[in-house]
Amino acid sequence: MPPPATLLPGEQWRRLHPLSPLVRVGAVIAAVPFLLVGSFSGGRQSQDGGRPNITVLIWSGLAILGLIGGFVSWLVTRWRIDQGDLQIERGLIRRQSFRIPLERIQAIDVIAPLTARILGLAEVRVISAGRGLEHGRLAYLSAAEAPVVRAQLLALAHGLAATTPEPPGYRLARVDNGRLAMGLLTRASVIVPGMLLFGAIVAAMVRPANASFTAVAVTGGLAFQSVVVTARRFNDDYNFSIAEAGDGLRLDRGLLQQRHETIPFTRIQAVRLVEPLLWRLFGWCRLDVDVARQRVSHEADRDANRVARTLIPVASRDLVVWLLSRVMPAVTSEPPAGSSSPRRARLRAPLSYHFLAAWNDDRYVCARTGRLQSATVVVPVDKVQSVRLASGPVQRALRLATVHVDTAGRRWQAAARCRDEGDADALLWTIAERARDARRQRSTAAGAQKQS
Amino acid sequence: MTFRPVSPRFWLARQAVLAAAGVPLVAVAALAEAVVGGPGGLAILAGVVVLLAWTWIVERGRYRAWGYAERDEDLIVRRGLLFRRVSVVPYGRMQFIDVSAGPVDRVFGLATVQLHTAAAATDARIPGLLRADAEQLRDRLAAVGEARATGL
Repeated sequence: MPPPATLLPGEQWRRLHPLSPLVRVGAVIAAVPFLLVGSFSGGRQSQDGGRPNITVLIWSGLAILGLIGGFVSWLVTRWRIDQGDLQIERGLIRRQSFRIPLERIQAIDVIAPLTARILGLAEVRVISAGRGLEHGRLAYLSAAEAPVVRAQLLALAHGLAATTPEPPGYRLARVDNGRLAMGLLTRASVIVPGMLLFGAIVAAMVRPANASFTAVAVTGGLAFQSVVVTARRFNDDYNFSIAEAGDGLRLDRGLLQQRHETIPFTRIQAVRLVEPLLWRLFGWCRLDVDVARQRVSHEADRDANRVARTLIPVASRDLVVWLLSRVMPAVTSEPPAGSSSPRRARLRAPLSYHFLAAWNDDRYVCARTGRLQSATVVVPVDKVQSVRLASGPVQRALRLATVHVDTAGRRWQAAARCRDEGDADALLWTIAERARDARRQRSTAAGAQKQS
Repeated sequence: MTFRPVSPRFWLARQAVLAAAGVPLVAVAALAEAVVGGPGGLAILAGVVVLLAWTWIVERGRYRAWGYAERDEDLIVRRGLLFRRVSVVPYGRMQFIDVSAGPVDRVFGLATVQLHTAAAATDARIPGLLRADAEQLRDRLAAVGEARATGL
């Protein structure tokens, strides 16, 4: 194996790791020995003369086909870094060539699914603006090489020499796995199906009838689904830790599938502080982040989007507020006095009135919404793409209006809901003006940087 | 701030569409009334006429609500009668600008200018501009957008 630290711009085409095809068919191959054993023991019992079972044939055929396909796709895939682009070529019949400009890289993840981990491999996934995730996948490199490639791509993306070592990280927080489990189990999405199932079982025991058995089956299905979702979240956020480095935030997490993600500070479009209903008993919160990305189109994109980008899945409120202040310095995380919507908003939004609030200063726009769980979205003004004011007939009658703040993030927008009409108007122009000032400041700063 | 209205021809096009739908409707109702007769038929005819008149009034309000203003740094689009909307799109954030024209638009020589930013939710759209005006507006916006372009 070549020493991993030889990735330099303008170098030769490189291949992925030769074991890569195995990862995709790993599960199928792993099943074959079991099936073989099963068919032999089964064959002896039925005295079939040891003829190989048809299932084994099908599985082996699938595995061999998968291996051949994987090998061919490995053979025709190559990648390199040249002229400020990451270039990837793949495809035998339909040749595809991708060029990802390094300066457009938004984040780079290193992901190791279970099969890849067993084989000592890891995937490098480059997320860039204006492209689906499918384009920037390097699946797979050796586990030793992947972090090096990530560090070098990040260094090049920041305009540094490729040999610049990855800046050291400073651990901000880690999440205790017990607390993670506790936090996930006290979400309404677990408790409600659980209580429904309990109620249905009790009803079925008190009065055994067809209807109550149906109820048990239905609620059991719901409960099972919530268990699956919760287990997946636990698997995703196991051993969660967040660190801060010069190039951005680093997230390490995962039980079976381990992920090492980097989110550059400049790419953060918005953060959201979420406080689910029951977590208020423990004083816990969650901090989510939204980065710029394209709409989901491919299967791989969906897989990557499945997990919410969260900066911390569960932590005490103090810690979350402190973390928020690291990401968004000098932000006001609590709604200041006078920031709530007027009382008459209760008529338009009776279920969320108690949480509605919006406040802003010259750097951030913040808005709190929510029915049972409160969600505070913080948008830096220099990330604002457009501002919209909207009011429907009911809102007009109550002299209310909603101000939406659009960012390049895809997950959620900040919305100052049901403000007084005059306030909303003022807010619209204030945000537009501050966003303009922030853009100007940034462009003059960039200009000065270029000159120096 | 003064908003520029959309072309009066947009209102003409809207009325034409309304007439294309309304005239046959009234004709059918009148025919039914003539054949069947009675107060029921008359009520239906009156209902259709009132509905059409109401639609005409709302449509006129919606037409008058459309407006846009080009400021130094951003474009403002105003619209909606029942659902009022005001969008502010900074020139520096515009990624691309569409000029499109549907079949009715083409008959009346109209076009729609739509602005796109990196945010999917941006809905700045100006319909009912004369085609030459729309193209001029697009070129103007593209020019200032390029001069002020900022990244994400």
